[in-house]
Amino acid sequence: MAQPQTVLDEPPLLDVEALAKSYGAIAACRDVSFRLWPGEVLGVVGESGSGKTTLLNCLAGRLRPDRGSVRYAMRDGRMADIFELPEPERRLLARTDWGFVHQNPRDGLRLRVSAGANIGERLMLVGARHYGNIRTSALDWLERVEIERSRLDDLPAAFSGGMQQRLQIARNLVSRPRLVFMDEPTGSLDVSVQARLLDLLRGLVADLGLSAVIVTHDLGVARLLAHRLMVMRRGEVVESGLTDQVLDDPQHPYTQLLAASVLQA
Amino acid sequence: MREMIRTVGLAKSFVLHNQGGVRLDVLRGVDLSVAAGEFLALTGPSGAGKSTLLRTIYANYRPSAGHILVRHEGTVVDMAAADPRLVIEVRRRTMGYVSQFLRVIPRVAARDVAAEPLRALGVAPAEARRRAEEMLARVAIPERLWPLAPATFSGGEQQRVNIARGFVAEYPILLLDEPTASLDADNAARVAGLIDEARARGAAIVGIVHDDALRRRLATRRFDVSRKEPIAA
Repeated sequence: MAQPQTVLDEPPLLDVEALAKSYGAIAACRDVSFRLWPGEVLGVVGESGSGKTTLLNCLAGRLRPDRGSVRYAMRDGRMADIFELPEPERRLLARTDWGFVHQNPRDGLRLRVSAGANIGERLMLVGARHYGNIRTSALDWLERVEIERSRLDDLPAAFSGGMQQRLQIARNLVSRPRLVFMDEPTGSLDVSVQARLLDLLRGLVADLGLSAVIVTHDLGVARLLAHRLMVMRRGEVVESGLTDQVLDDPQHPYTQLLAASVLQA
Repeated sequence: MREMIRTVGLAKSFVLHNQGGVRLDVLRGVDLSVAAGEFLALTGPSGAGKSTLLRTIYANYRPSAGHILVRHEGTVVDMAAADPRLVIEVRRRTMGYVSQFLRVIPRVAARDVAAEPLRALGVAPAEARRRAEEMLARVAIPERLWPLAPATFSGGEQQRVNIARGFVAEYPILLLDEPTASLDADNAARVAGLIDEARARGAAIVGIVHDDALRRRLATRRFDVSRKEPIAA
């Protein structure tokens, strides 16, 4: 009988080939290749210094790799190597089509303008001009990330870490990006507020059909959010596959060590 | 009979790299076939590989050799070789896996845990919730618990929420790993009723049931995992 084609026919959103980046003699990323499909969440796990964040920065066009290519499906359908795009076009892509959620929300927010302006700014970048509409969208998004509407005009500096992180997520998602990069999105938060953020992210990713690459060292976060995992060690991908396969039936010695090191609460 | 699952020469070994490279050959040359409307009970002593076989069929474990052919939407998928996206599709539409343990997600209400498989199939939220609540009621989860996250539920309640979640989407194939393990007689009977109904609508079921009486009541055939050949029930 024929193989089902429906899910496999789609072109990838991101096509990464033989990506490499070194800092002096230290190879942060070696020969990383993978594809990401629309609606898919890819988790990148591994210990500190394994090259996860370097990889993420290369994917998001924030860091130029030494070798290899990152090709992205533009809205018109063509696959463009993001490092061959003119700088202004790459920046526009990063501000409109993509989101980037930093581990530390202070790196992804403007602390001296109001919460509403932090959200509205992204909308204005994609062409929104009507003040009333922007304000309404900002209020809607505050609500979606569980921040009281009355905080619209407050400065994010006055928010708790968990609120700041939720605001950063609202700022990133308000413009309906097609691809979101997240660097340890729960990493800077107290355990007590991590669950709320995780649940929120999980709901948003499903509702919006987002594609995402999520870097985390927390295997619980990876299991909850990612469809597929890549395990990195010393700049190399040592194992990849369906999230539950990689975590429940790890093949590589390093993945076995990672999976066996999780404490059962 | 409409064959729904066939394994061919299925083998599964585990190599424990951090424990001296010990190699455990758990499954070897497993050939089995399950048709629509059948309940194939996996038997064999503890450690024979019953759960490993179920998990391998679900592609939760990666087989070392062999094929796992599954009928999916008018096609045949080899779970041992399928692209991850196709495995996810098969799990979404065709094959459900129910263990005795609920993986609790913080803050998600019992009714939403149970509704999730339907939401993943694109069923509208209100309809998904209604069917989930119906299923929670059938496994005797009191209505006052529906809006609560199951983290604080008893073991038996969590298990029943998991069963509601596993049966709500009416998958054509069900893999059941001790679905009645810690349930009292009344609740075990309720779950047995759901299993019979699933079989009556044509589901192909592979299950592990330790209780002898219950297994005899549910199973249409047995497969001894340690012998690796089918025997009559």
